[in-house]
Amino acid sequence: MMKIATAQLWVHDQDEALKYWTDKVGFEVRSDVTVPEMGNFRWLTVSPPAQPDVAIVLMAVPGPPMVDAATDEQVRDLMGKGLAGTVFLTTDDCWATYRELKDRGVEFVGEPEEQLYGIDVGFRDPSGNNVRLSQLNADFGR
Amino acid sequence: MPVPPSRHLLRAKDLVDGHYADPLTVADLAAAARLSPAHFSREFRRAFGEAPHQYLLSRRLERAASLLRSTDWSVARICVSVGLSSVGSFTVSFRRMYGMPPTAYRSAHPPAAQVARVPACVVRAWGRPQVRTFREDAAPAVAVDWVRPATGATTTTAGAPQ
Repeated sequence: MMKIATAQLWVHDQDEALKYWTDKVGFEVRSDVTVPEMGNFRWLTVSPPAQPDVAIVLMAVPGPPMVDAATDEQVRDLMGKGLAGTVFLTTDDCWATYRELKDRGVEFVGEPEEQLYGIDVGFRDPSGNNVRLSQLNADFGR
Repeated sequence: MPVPPSRHLLRAKDLVDGHYADPLTVADLAAAARLSPAHFSREFRRAFGEAPHQYLLSRRLERAASLLRSTDWSVARICVSVGLSSVGSFTVSFRRMYGMPPTAYRSAHPPAAQVARVPACVVRAWGRPQVRTFREDAAPAVAVDWVRPATGATTTTAGAPQ
């Protein structure tokens, strides 16, 4: 049986991403280990307090020898344009979570809106990644 | 139907679970439950079996233990990250709950590096020799004359002396 364990977001700065996802979004650190013998590769994961078994990997954009400088720049460019990945979050109360996160300095791209599936709003992390925050209707998916 | 009184206490419990890293006080928790501090502490203990400050401390220590197992952060950094300011007090509380100080707890568990799921592509990239000097890539060997230092005899061979 397969399960999703982690999914990855590219980030431009792991320290900044860690601070953002924990201090502002309210996630918890699940792992943070640096491997010196692999160019200080840093395995950094975060997830919501109530969901410790699924995490987002905050991955530094790799340089050489992983990828050449031009590819590294392409990934950074896509990330900055919000096209390198998206996370879809759910909440019991979209407006309450929106206000709480906004008070902590999260940069929303609008106010919560009614959609066919519930109430939805979006924000961006410091690297430009797109995050959707939705309150799904009780009958969603049934 | 009015909400049950425990719903207000649950707000305080949720505040601890979500904001344990903040400088929370029992007064803050009581305010979240909309009760006076003295009344709140009694009701919290009655509802959840432990005093609010104990619940807050155990939440912080549980997180600290998790970070000791899953990160390579220093004990001081972990102490601060879970909302505690004194490493000494943290160590005492940790030992009381887990039976050993934080460093011993970390040593008693598998190294945090084992939780680093280094992607195979990264392993391959860093595992490959960084200096690649294959004979096939070298320029064609040229016969050179060199002098064997020990004997002073001159010889001719292909490439450098072995």
